[in-house]
Amino acid sequence: MIYLNSFIFVGLISMIGQIILDNTKLTPGHITSMFVVVGALLDTFSLYDKVVDFVGPGAFVPITSFGHSLVHGALMGAEENGLIGVFGGMFNLTAAGISSVIFFTFIFSFLFNPRD
Amino acid sequence: MYTLIILVNINNGDYMEKKDYKRIVDRHSASSNKVGNSVIAFLTGGLLGVIGCLLTDFYSSFFEMTSKDASVLMIVSLIFISCLLTSLGFFDKWVNFARCGLIIPITGFAHSMMSAGLEFKKEGLIYGIGSNAFKLAGSVIFYGVGVASFVAIIRYLGGF
Repeated sequence: MIYLNSFIFVGLISMIGQIILDNTKLTPGHITSMFVVVGALLDTFSLYDKVVDFVGPGAFVPITSFGHSLVHGALMGAEENGLIGVFGGMFNLTAAGISSVIFFTFIFSFLFNPRD
Repeated sequence: MYTLIILVNINNGDYMEKKDYKRIVDRHSASSNKVGNSVIAFLTGGLLGVIGCLLTDFYSSFFEMTSKDASVLMIVSLIFISCLLTSLGFFDKWVNFARCGLIIPITGFAHSMMSAGLEFKKEGLIYGIGSNAFKLAGSVIFYGVGVASFVAIIRYLGGF
């Protein structure tokens, strides 16, 4: 059941992105940035938490979960250290993703040459 | 499909005017492709969601982790796969085909960084790879952190 929910949720998010991409002049860069912002905004009333409960681990696949994880990392930091912890803990949960992207890009861009 | 149209017309000995050809292309690309694109995006995005689910289940049972740790490892593996496939040259074609089905999941984030790194390699290590790697992915982090700070401060001060 959780697989079906993941399929439908991630599929729907991608489809919304595709519909925006086809019908407006926005580029993929606009859309990914927009979806991260939407993910962060949905967390104001912990709506995305309900999605995560319902959908399961598939909810972490689309880029909207990046905004969600940023907010939760900041809140974790805030609970520990007060208001300054918002900035200290911002990357608590997303650090693994960002560091690994940088690491793999670092290695592979030395190893491989661009192909046309 | 377009090559087929051209071939059929060449076989008939009937060379189309450029205008006619453009009209046919427009008709096919405008109406059918929008629906087709969103269906393809839905299917590929959904497939990636299922793969994410499967990987998380696999990691949490195989390495005996909590599902939160397993989902972090799942994201790292998706990033690894898309970085590797981008540098091997497959992923660009797939992104051209599936569009948002691969751009909206975390694979698009990795792909944008990896392809920027490869593309600017010829401009040198510092001003090429180093300063251009975040060219596309930087805006995601910039706006994400900017808005997330506001949301987190509001939630912390508001106490919900």
